[in-house]
Amino acid sequence: MDALLEAFFNGISIGAVLLLAALGLAIVFGLMGVINMAHGEFMMLGAYTTSVVQNTFKPLGEPLSGLYIFFALIAAFIVTALLGVVLERGVIRFLYGRPLETLLATWGVSLILQQFVRSISWVMVLNIGLFCFLFFGAQAILSRRPNFERIRGWFVIIMIPLSAAIALIVGNITGSIFQLAVTRPWFGAQNVNVAAPIWLRGRLPLGGYQLPYARLFIIVLTIVCVIGIYWFLNKSAWGLRIRSVTQNRSMSACLGIPTQTVDMLTFAIGSGLAGIAGCAVALLGPVGPNTGQNFIVDTFMVVVVGGVGKLVGSIVAAMTIGMANYIIGSYALKPIVGGIPALDNFFNFFSDPSMAKVLVFILIVTFLQFKPAGMFPQKGRTVDA
Amino acid sequence: MRPQTDTATTASVQTGSEPLLDIANLNVYYGESHILRDVDMGVASGKMVCLIGRNGVGKTTLLKTIMGLLAPRAGAVRLGGESITRLTPDRRAKLGIGYVPQGREIIPRLTVKENLILGLEARPKGALKTTEIPEEIFELFPVLKTMLSRMGGDLSGGQQQQLSIARALMGKPRLLVLDEPTEGIQPSIILEIEAAVRKIVTTTGMSVLLVEQHLHFVRQADWYYAMQKGGIVASGPTHELSNEVIQKFLAV
Ligand SMILES: Nc1ncnc2c1ncn2[C@@H]1O[C@H](COP(=O)(O)OP(=O)(O)OP(=O)(O)O)[C@@H](O)[C@H]1O
Ligand SMILES: [Mg+2]
Repeated sequence: MDALLEAFFNGISIGAVLLLAALGLAIVFGLMGVINMAHGEFMMLGAYTTSVVQNTFKPLGEPLSGLYIFFALIAAFIVTALLGVVLERGVIRFLYGRPLETLLATWGVSLILQQFVRSISWVMVLNIGLFCFLFFGAQAILSRRPNFERIRGWFVIIMIPLSAAIALIVGNITGSIFQLAVTRPWFGAQNVNVAAPIWLRGRLPLGGYQLPYARLFIIVLTIVCVIGIYWFLNKSAWGLRIRSVTQNRSMSACLGIPTQTVDMLTFAIGSGLAGIAGCAVALLGPVGPNTGQNFIVDTFMVVVVGGVGKLVGSIVAAMTIGMANYIIGSYALKPIVGGIPALDNFFNFFSDPSMAKVLVFILIVTFLQFKPAGMFPQKGRTVDA
Repeated sequence: MRPQTDTATTASVQTGSEPLLDIANLNVYYGESHILRDVDMGVASGKMVCLIGRNGVGKTTLLKTIMGLLAPRAGAVRLGGESITRLTPDRRAKLGIGYVPQGREIIPRLTVKENLILGLEARPKGALKTTEIPEEIFELFPVLKTMLSRMGGDLSGGQQQQLSIARALMGKPRLLVLDEPTEGIQPSIILEIEAAVRKIVTTTGMSVLLVEQHLHFVRQADWYYAMQKGGIVASGPTHELSNEVIQKFLAV
C-alpha cells in the first residue's frame, strides 16, 4: 500500500513539473503550430532568476527571506515573458507559416541562451545595452525623417556594425580598467543551487510514505497555474481573442482582432509559464545551463500526446507520462509482476531513469501510430498559420 | 487633390458625391499569375453595389484585396477618401469594413455567441465587454437566437451564413462586404438573407458591396460592375441590366 501511494505521489509530482513546463509550450504550439525549441531555456532562465532573487533576499534574515519564492515566481514570469516578447518580435514574427525555419531559429536561440548564462558578466550587459541604445536610438531619431523607408536598408547595413563596434570597444576598455570586477561571469558554467525555503523543506507523512513539501508546493503551483490559464483563455476578452486567432488567423484579423498583439501576448504568457516552471524545477535540485535541454523533449511529448488546443489533453498526457516514467523507472510494479520471471527480467531491464524514458518513448510512438492527433484531437479545422 | 479617375466618376454617378470606397488601377498577382488587371471601381455612401462575373474571374480576389488579405502590386484602395492600401486587415476592420467571406469562415470551436461578440472587435473602441447581443441582430436573423451556445462549426451552412453576416453587423461597419452570401443555400433562406441585407441598407444607410450569382438578389442592388478575366468590363444601374449582360456575366 505504501509503495503504491509512493509511486502515485511521485508520479503525480513528476507529472506536475512536466505539465507546468508543457503548459506554456502547448499554448504557443496551438497558436504557431510549431514548437518553440527555446522553451526549455526559458525554464532555465526562470531557475536562474529564482537563484538571483533568493540571493537578494538572503540579507533579510530568516522568516522573511523564506518568502523569496513568491517574488521569484513573479520575477521569473516577468523576465521570461519579456524575453518571449523579444524572441517573438525579433525572430519568430518573420517566420510565421514556415514551421521548419521557426524550429531551427528557436533551436539556435536556445543554444545562444545556454551560452549566454555561462558568459554573462557586467561587461556583456554593458555591450548589449550600449548596442541597443545606439542602434535603436539612431533608428528612433532617423525614423522621423520622411524618407526613412527608402534608406532603411542602408541604415541597417551601416548602423549594426557601427553600434556593435562601438559597444565592443567601450566594453573592452571598461573590462581592462576594472578587470575581474566586471569581466567575471555572474554564474559561469557550473550549476547554481537554489535552496528551498525552510518552510518547504519538511515532509508530509502520509501513512508510511513521506511527501516532501517542495513537491506538494509544485503540485499546488501547477493546479493554480492550470486554473489560472483555464480562466484566462475561456473567460477573459484576450483569451477569446487568442482562441479565435489560434483557430482562424486571417478571419480573426478581418474581424478587427489585432493579431500581432495577440501573438505577442500569447508568446509572453507561454514563455512566462516556462519561467514559473523553471522556478519549480529549481526547488528540486541544482540547475545549470543545460537544464532546459532535459525538458524540451519530454514537454514536446506531452504536447504531442495530449493533442493541440486542449488544456485537458496536456493535463492527462503529462500525468500519464510522469506516472509511466516513475512506475517503470522505479519498478514499482515489482510486487505485482515480480513473480513472473519473464516480466521480472523485462521490467528490471528498464528500471533506471534513462531506460524508463526509452520505454516510455516507445509507448508514445506506438500510441501515436493509432492516434496521430493525440488523445484529444481538435475537431474541425486545424490551425492555419 | 488626387487626379480624377474614371472610377470616381462612375461612383459619383451613383450619388453625385465622393465615394465611400474607391479603388483605382488595382493590379493583384498570385505569385506570377496576374489576377486583377487595372481594376477601377467604387461604392457610394449608402448604396448597394453588386459585382458580377463568372467563376474564377477574380471577384473574391478583389474583395480580399479590399480587406487587406492580399497586397496589390499596384493601385490604391481608399476608404472615405483616405488610402488604406498599406493597412493590415484588423486596422481596416476598425475603420469600418465588415467582411463576410466566401465560405463563411465561422470560428469553429467558439460558440455562436462568442463568434458574435468577436464581431464587436471591429468597433473603434473594441472592448469585448458587452455580453448581450443586440435585439436587432435577432430581428434580422431569428434562427441565431436559439443557438447561442452551440459551437459555430456545428451549424448548418445556411445558419453559418446568417451568423457570418450577423457577426459583421455587430461591428456596425460603414461598408459591408459580402462574398456570395447565397452560395449553396436553399431558396427560402436566400430570400431571408436578401431581405435582411436590403433592410440593413435602407434602415442604417450602410453601404454594401456584394458578389452574387442570383439574379433576384443582384437586382436589389443600385449599381453593378461586371468582371471578366480580372478586369471590370461593364457597369451601370441595375435596372438597366440587359438580358445580354445577364447571360454573359451570371453563371445561372
Ligand atoms: N491562393 C491562390 N493561388 C493561386 N491562384 C489563385 C488562388 N486563389 C485564387 N486563385 C486564382 O485566381 C483566380 C480568381 O480567383 P477568385 O477566387 O478571385 O475567383 P472568383 O471570381 O471569386 O470565383 P468564384 O465565383 O468561383 O468564387 C482564379 O483563376 C483562381 O484559380
Ligand atoms: Mg469567389
